[in-house]
Amino acid sequence: MKEFDPADKSASIVSVTDRVRPLAIGMPVMAVHFLGGHAAFVGAEENVALVSGDGEIRQVPVHGGGILCVASDGARLVTGGDDGRLVALAANGEVALLATDPKRRWIDNVALHPDGAVAWSAGKTAFVRSGRTEEKSFPVPSTVGGLAFAPKGLRLAIAHYNGVTLWFPNMAANPEFLEWAGSHLGVMFSPDNRFLVTAMHEPALHGWRLADNRHMRMTGYPGRVRSMSWSAGGKALATSGADTVIMWPFASKDGPMGKEPAMLAPLQARVSMVACHPKQDILAAGYSDGTILMVRLNDGAEILVRRNGTAPVTGLAWNAKGAMLAFAAEDGEAGLLEL
Amino acid sequence: MPELTSQKIPVTVLTGYLGAGKTTLLNRILSENHGKKYAVIVNEFGEIGIDNDLIIGADEEVFEMNNGCVCCTVRGDLVRILEGLMKRKGKFDAIIVETTGLADPAPVAQTFFVDEDVQKNARLDAVVTVADAKWLSDRLKDAPEAKNQIAFADVIVLNKIDLVSSAELAEVEARIRAINPYAKLHRTERCEVALADVLERGAFDLDRILEIEPEFLEAGDDHDHHHGHDHHHDHGHGGHGHGGLKHYHDEDMQSLSLRSDKPLDAAKFMPWLQDLVASEGQKILRSKGILAFSDDDDRYVFQGVHMMLEGDHQRAWKDGEARQSRLVFIGRELPEQMIRDGFARCVMP
Repeated sequence: MKEFDPADKSASIVSVTDRVRPLAIGMPVMAVHFLGGHAAFVGAEENVALVSGDGEIRQVPVHGGGILCVASDGARLVTGGDDGRLVALAANGEVALLATDPKRRWIDNVALHPDGAVAWSAGKTAFVRSGRTEEKSFPVPSTVGGLAFAPKGLRLAIAHYNGVTLWFPNMAANPEFLEWAGSHLGVMFSPDNRFLVTAMHEPALHGWRLADNRHMRMTGYPGRVRSMSWSAGGKALATSGADTVIMWPFASKDGPMGKEPAMLAPLQARVSMVACHPKQDILAAGYSDGTILMVRLNDGAEILVRRNGTAPVTGLAWNAKGAMLAFAAEDGEAGLLEL
Repeated sequence: MPELTSQKIPVTVLTGYLGAGKTTLLNRILSENHGKKYAVIVNEFGEIGIDNDLIIGADEEVFEMNNGCVCCTVRGDLVRILEGLMKRKGKFDAIIVETTGLADPAPVAQTFFVDEDVQKNARLDAVVTVADAKWLSDRLKDAPEAKNQIAFADVIVLNKIDLVSSAELAEVEARIRAINPYAKLHRTERCEVALADVLERGAFDLDRILEIEPEFLEAGDDHDHHHGHDHHHDHGHGGHGHGGLKHYHDEDMQSLSLRSDKPLDAAKFMPWLQDLVASEGQKILRSKGILAFSDDDDRYVFQGVHMMLEGDHQRAWKDGEARQSRLVFIGRELPEQMIRDGFARCVMP
C-alpha cells in the first residue's frame, strides 16, 4: 500500500467541485444510470428520479416497496422489487410492467442483453424473455446471487452458491457449470467474452478463463466487492472493497493470473463505487465517506469531484459519450458533472 | 456507542421443534397492539394468517465460509434478505427470523458475527426457543436439533404446560436446566408470554451481559469460588449438578461455569481462549464471560458462538465491586478438565 497523507493531498489536488451541479434527490439512492438524455437516480424504494441535463427532477413511481436490483442499456431501465414486480422505465418516463412473480417473491437480480432480452431471478429460478419467444426459466440449486448476459449470443451466467451456471436459453444443450466453493453474488463477463468474474460473499473475486475454465483467484480485499467496472476496451477491471481502487489487469491472454493488481486513489475510506469512463483511460471512484475522485489510469493522477464528510457514495455513472458524470450518495445528495 | 447500537435493527431469532408453537407466538407478535412494526422472515409462507408486505419467505440456505473453519457457516438467504430489507429502513422497528423446526440456530447467529454488512445494519437481539412441555423430553432424546435449540437459547418459552402434570413439568424443566441453566424460562399456555420477555432482550449486547447475572447466579456454582489446580469435584448424574457441570442422565449437552476471584493474566488468557475455541469450537455452542485482568481497571466482556468470539472493554470496575471473573460455556461433550486446567493457568499467581 502506498503512503498517503490526506492533508497534504487535499491542499494540492486539482478540484472540479465548483463545476458540479448539486442535486437533492430527496430519497436514499441505490444506483444511477443514464437513460436517454436523463440521469436516472434509482431510489432504495418506490421511485426513480429522472433528472434532465438542466437539473429538473421528476419522480417516477416504479415499485410498491424496496427496489432490489436494476440494469440499464441506456434506452430503458429495468428494476426488480420486493413487490415481486419487474418494471421497465423508458427515458420519457413511461413505465411498463414486464413480469409479476405469481408468489410475490422478491425479484433479486436483473440483466439486460444488447438485443433487448431481459433476465431476472426470484429465489432459485432464473428467467429469460427474448424477442417474441415466450418466457423461459431455469432452476439452480440455491438462490441466484447474480445474473449477466454474455456479450455474444444468448447466454446467461447465473451465479449461485458454489459456482456459476452458464445457460443457453434458446438451445437444447445442457448448461455448463463452473464450480468454485462459496457464495457467488455478482457476476460479469469481460467485454471480449474471454473471462467471467464473480464477486463472492467473502471479500474476494473469482474468475474463470472461459476457453479452458482455468481459475483466477483475486483476493486480499478488506471488504466485500460490490462494484466492478471494465475499463475502456476491457483491459482492466476496476473494483471497490478496499481503501484504494483495485484494478486487475485483463489485457493479456492469462488475465490477472500471476499478476499484481494496480492500486489507485488511496484514501482513508473504503471505495464503495467505481465507474470507468466508456472511452478514455480514466475512472470515477466513490468512497464510503462521500468523496468522489476522477483518476487517470496510467499515472494515478487524481481530480476531486466531491469532498468527503457525507453518506457513502452509492451511485456513479458516465453517460455513453463520457461527457457527463452522475453521482449520488446513500442519503440522496447527488450531482451532475459535465466535462 | 449507545447511539450506534440504537441505529442497528434488532433481530430476534425464533426457534423451536416442529409443533412447539412458534407460529402461535409469531401471530401474537404480529397481531398484538404494541405500536411496533416487525419484518418477519419465515420459512413457510401461508402459516401466518396476517397479510403484511414485510413477511418474507426464505429458504434456509446454510453456506460454508471459505476461511478454512468447518463450523463457520452462515445463512446465505439471511444475508440477502437483510440487505434487501435495509432498503426499507424506517418502515419497521425490528426483525424476527423464524427457523424451521429442524434448524441449527448457529448459522443464523454466526451470520451476525461474520457478515460485515449485516453487522453494520442489524444486531442479534436474542435466540428465543419455543419448547413443547409435553414432547420436549422425548425430542431431547431423539432429536439433536431440539437439544441444540435449547442449548442455544437466551429465552425459552416452555409452552403447552396445560397439557402436562406438575411432575412432568418439573421433569422437563430439569432437563432444560441440565442443558442450559442460563436462559430465561417462561411457562406458557398458547405462548401467552409478555412480549417484552421475548423481544428487545439485548442478549447478545456485550454491554448487557451483566443483566443476565441473576440467571448466572441462580444457576451458578456457589461453592466453586476458587479455582486451584487441585480442585476436585464429582459431577452427579442425577438432576442436580455440582461444580457447574450439570448432567441429567445421559445428556451430552452441558454447561460449564468458571470463576476466579484472583485477576487473570490477559497475556495468557486471550491466547488460551482463542486456542480453545479454535480447537474445541465445534463442541462449544455458546460462551460468554466477564473478566478481571491484572493491571486493568476496566472490565472486559466477551461472548462467542462456536469458533467466533467478540469482546471488548466494557467499563471501569466500580469502587467496592468484587473484581471477579466469570465464564460460561454451553456445549456438547465439553472437555471439562482441559478447560478448567487451562483456565487455572491464566489466573495470576
